[in-house]
Amino acid sequence: MTQYTSYNPQDMSLQPQALTPDYRSSRLRSPNHKLLSLAPGAGELTGPTFGHDLIGPNDNDLIINYAAPGQAAIGEQIMVHGHLLDENAGPVSNALLEFWQANAGGRYRHKKDGYLAPLDPNFGGCGRTITDADGYYSFHTVRPGPYPWPNGGNDWRPAHIHFSCFGMGWAQRLITQMYFEGDPHIPLCPIVQTIADPQAIDSLTARLDMAHTAPMNFRAFRFDVILRGKVSTLFENKLEGN
Amino acid sequence: MTRFQSASQTAGPYVHIGCTPSFAGLENMYGGHDLGADIFSSDTPGSWVTVSGRIFDGEGMPVTDAMLEFWQVDSFGHYAPQGGSEGWGRRAVDAQAAGYSVNTILPAAVGDEAPHINVWVVARGVNLGLHTRIYFDCADNEQDPVLAAIDDPARRSSLIATRDGDTYNFDIHLQGDKETVFLNV
Repeated sequence: MTQYTSYNPQDMSLQPQALTPDYRSSRLRSPNHKLLSLAPGAGELTGPTFGHDLIGPNDNDLIINYAAPGQAAIGEQIMVHGHLLDENAGPVSNALLEFWQANAGGRYRHKKDGYLAPLDPNFGGCGRTITDADGYYSFHTVRPGPYPWPNGGNDWRPAHIHFSCFGMGWAQRLITQMYFEGDPHIPLCPIVQTIADPQAIDSLTARLDMAHTAPMNFRAFRFDVILRGKVSTLFENKLEGN
Repeated sequence: MTRFQSASQTAGPYVHIGCTPSFAGLENMYGGHDLGADIFSSDTPGSWVTVSGRIFDGEGMPVTDAMLEFWQVDSFGHYAPQGGSEGWGRRAVDAQAAGYSVNTILPAAVGDEAPHINVWVVARGVNLGLHTRIYFDCADNEQDPVLAAIDDPARRSSLIATRDGDTYNFDIHLQGDKETVFLNV
């Protein structure tokens, strides 16, 4: 017998439903059938890992990682930091995090984004880092702007940063969005409101962190991401050589 | 102390900026190299094949803003035998690409599980990333516990790539009559 680390099931009371009609794009992209439940095996309990040598010196600084030499992105300078944890509050260490966002005016550097806010020639809008032994991460960026989007009405996204998170197992893979404390668009946004539980929405909201705000430099926002927690389960060893 | 799982939010229409920035036109980001371009290094032993296909919505329209990730064993049945990210890859899908294509090695069977590639699908309109599997019509799929759990033969066939020469075709239907079976892993 080999001991694998398994994971608690996804808590569907916290997760958005597939079909959320107020978010129009979900109407034709949501499976009608229920998900087929599967006892996790090696493929779900293992996952890709990435070395710290992958990360370049400016990968976690969106203010300068696309800027011309000596230039910087325009906008409110912030640091976003926190921990990648599991449900048992244990650190998820050495895990890859990727970020993407609109610029300070609410415009993405993407051929499909035609919003009237101008592109910033010194802002690309993506970054990445790998958590340390404590699951800690940080990156510097400019605060993204809110922007309108075509959803049938006068819909505006709250300012947000997209997070792509690898855990230790394929079953932990997560993409989510971080919002900013106090943004009046949070309760109005059909994408945020795909989540039914107000506490789950609150946990996607970063808090101003004055203790780590650097005087005359940048404000800090704290944001933790919580992945499915580990449970220890014995599985019959069927892997050759293990 | 316990914490609540973070909720998923859609990857949105601009996921390529964050995950495949060179594909998205952010020239020279990360040295111009998008992560996951190769599932295995080219000297990996095994039977090399191409797997390709398209993604469709509930009206049969192509999905042109998706990202797919793949995770599989090597030809000896091991996930990441050296650690690291061997066996993992990703592809951006846009209007120009119209679909995806990966070169990889045929995975081995592992125990009862027939050879398969684990797939994760994210896109605008997908609130929670969708897990599925690519099986192969050339393999013995009879004993596989996931395929055996699908009663409807048409639904079962949604997980089986069909061979055409050296290429396997595997389309993904997010919704509708041909809906792919998605998994709660």
